[in-house]
Amino acid sequence: MEPTIPQTHYLNSPKGLKSWLFTLDHKRIGIMYFAAIMFFFFFAGLLAIILRTELLNPGRDLMDAEAYNRFFTLHGAIMIFLFIIPSIPAALGNFLLPLMIGAKDVAFPRLNLASWYVFVGGAIFGIYSLISGGADTGWTFYTPYSTSTTSSVSSMLLAAFILGFSSIFTGLNFIVTIHKLRAPGQTWFKLPLMVWALYATALIQVLATPVLAITLVLLLLERTMGIGIFDPAMGGDPVLYQHFFWFYSHPAVYIMILPGMGIISELISHMSHRKIFGYNAIAYSSFGIALVSFLVWGHHMFTSGQSELAAVIFSFLTFFVGIPSGVKVFNWVMTLYKGSISLATPMLYALSFLVLFTIGGLTGIFLGALSVDIHVHDTYFVVAHFHYVMMGGTVMALLGGIHFWWPKMFGKRYNEFWAATSAIIIFIGFNMTFFTQFILGAQGMPRRYYTYIDQYQSLHVFSTYGAWVLGLGFLIMAIYFIHSLIKGKPAGNNPWGAIGFEWETASPPPTENFVTQPVVTHGPYDYDKVLIPREMPTRSEKVAR
Amino acid sequence: MADHAKTHAPLDEHVAHHFTDAEQQRESSKLGMWVFLLTEVLFFGGLFCAYAIYRSWYPEMFHAAHKALDVKLGFINTLVLISSSVTMALAIRSMQLGNKRQTMYHLFATLIFAATFLVIKYFEYSHKFHLGQLPGKYYTYTGIEGSNPHVFFSIYFVMTGLHGLHVIGGMIAIIIMLVKTSRDRFNALYYNPIEVTGLYWHLVDLIWIFLFPLLYLVS
Repeated sequence: MEPTIPQTHYLNSPKGLKSWLFTLDHKRIGIMYFAAIMFFFFFAGLLAIILRTELLNPGRDLMDAEAYNRFFTLHGAIMIFLFIIPSIPAALGNFLLPLMIGAKDVAFPRLNLASWYVFVGGAIFGIYSLISGGADTGWTFYTPYSTSTTSSVSSMLLAAFILGFSSIFTGLNFIVTIHKLRAPGQTWFKLPLMVWALYATALIQVLATPVLAITLVLLLLERTMGIGIFDPAMGGDPVLYQHFFWFYSHPAVYIMILPGMGIISELISHMSHRKIFGYNAIAYSSFGIALVSFLVWGHHMFTSGQSELAAVIFSFLTFFVGIPSGVKVFNWVMTLYKGSISLATPMLYALSFLVLFTIGGLTGIFLGALSVDIHVHDTYFVVAHFHYVMMGGTVMALLGGIHFWWPKMFGKRYNEFWAATSAIIIFIGFNMTFFTQFILGAQGMPRRYYTYIDQYQSLHVFSTYGAWVLGLGFLIMAIYFIHSLIKGKPAGNNPWGAIGFEWETASPPPTENFVTQPVVTHGPYDYDKVLIPREMPTRSEKVAR
Repeated sequence: MADHAKTHAPLDEHVAHHFTDAEQQRESSKLGMWVFLLTEVLFFGGLFCAYAIYRSWYPEMFHAAHKALDVKLGFINTLVLISSSVTMALAIRSMQLGNKRQTMYHLFATLIFAATFLVIKYFEYSHKFHLGQLPGKYYTYTGIEGSNPHVFFSIYFVMTGLHGLHVIGGMIAIIIMLVKTSRDRFNALYYNPIEVTGLYWHLVDLIWIFLFPLLYLVS
């Protein structure tokens, strides 16, 4: 029987723009976040392509050094604060968390809506900074340059400060929701691993973001009132700024990656119809990562003049992050073993993640080693490393998650052929762009320059071609997603044959999520006990029929 | 959404549609406030950290500069805020007993104490403005020995200033509670908004209790 879309669901009842702008429904707020972050992702991605195009030749092609500084600052600040931090928790997490724990909504729906408006408010300040000339400090706002430059740093600081509150509101909401609103019978160890990951993320959001807030307040006061706390000429300490900044911003990179790991745990198990290997280990390792994340900030400052003893300790602690991350990767690989693997698009992204994140994680260990770091500090090696973790990790997980839950969010299918094609193009383009940069970095190409010496040109050209391939992949994606929204076929309630409360309700779900309160009867990945047929069969299953 | 709640007992009027019962809602709001207080502690934690670093850098200057602060006024303000915490706790207790009048008295008293705190703070600030004991580059006072005395006043004004903003935020919350109490929004079974406002207010007091010895009583 062909699946159909229900008459009324959260997207169409009630109707009207006002019902969206004042909605308290977590699913609608999730969709609103989704629209916002996708807009910023494409915008900042476009900036990246422009930056790469500038780097085709040494010297000036499209812009001069100053414009280049502003462009990469904008690319970084938008990608970090407006895209990647809110991406998975606030967009997918908002949509999924209550569904996954069988609740009607998050604990504080009004706070949830407020967080979206605060996000938009912060974004407006960011855009204002862009219009008024843009900041040229890099997204890290290092003193003393950030306190003396005349570019519009203050509005960018305000933007980051305000966005921090949006992040705190989401984190606070999720912590309370997970503690108090779980379905009957859903104990902590029967939660989907995505929920564990969101919980660990929320903890970091709540614990680290306030420190960023106070840091940015101090920096703003330094710029506006000259309080001198970070100014060496006035008895202050610029390195203190770096300590404060990275005390937030290092844990923040785990705000970015942990929910991605949660998605991968879901995708790997559900797409291979295989019980997750080492549930407890994956759950605990999220907390291991969250804990260690607060102890490693000094590894950003190996060359900033902190004491050698501190550098050695931070280097040692940095290696520790590898352990819980490794635990996850090995458990995912073990889950695949003897699974009934579907190579549909979500799984392609999950496999991309495994490859790219492992490379990104391993090069992180290189960078954590003091002697190596001195050599590659502030080179393209670092740029390649964090793009492998952030884009190869988080963005691949996000894309996998979007493709996996798209049928649930909108009740429609997308074109599987073009989706798979674009996943492969993105994988190739990504590696062309960024693997090249590992080599460039190891050869000494410094980051944040709009020009370079001639010997680097062939690698730069290759990397730029990669960026164009990447852009093509995303263009295809935008087209088939828009096509799916307009003309997509109904997806059915559970196209992947996956276990989980979100697949037991309609696609798209009704406003109240569930007609009756769901109750937990089995574990979240019990494919050894429950088998649900896939409504979108894999190619091999089609052949078998 | 709220329609089905009306069929329940009076207590359930206050239960939002996504909670199963009043107890779950109450626990959620309390946990939410505790988590929020945690963020506040970390927010001020950054400042305490900056304080510790600069005090260890310039111990003599901190000692010399703290004498510019008026211990008597600081001590009075400490008493004022502790009293406000007592009246806040009494307001919650009164509503638990269903006594609307007493709740309003106690909330009002809390508000008065908070305002007193700010008035005293205003006099302290204006005295320092007058003398030029100002943060950073605006510092013009010459009566303090030791290097970089403006750092002390930067930290003093940022810490007490942000604390003052929190006092104002608390006062707004208390005014909302007063209005809601007067409109019979609370009863002996449903009082958690007052309760969580109280939690927040106690934290604001507690921060001052740390600020007072750190800034006024440097030895």
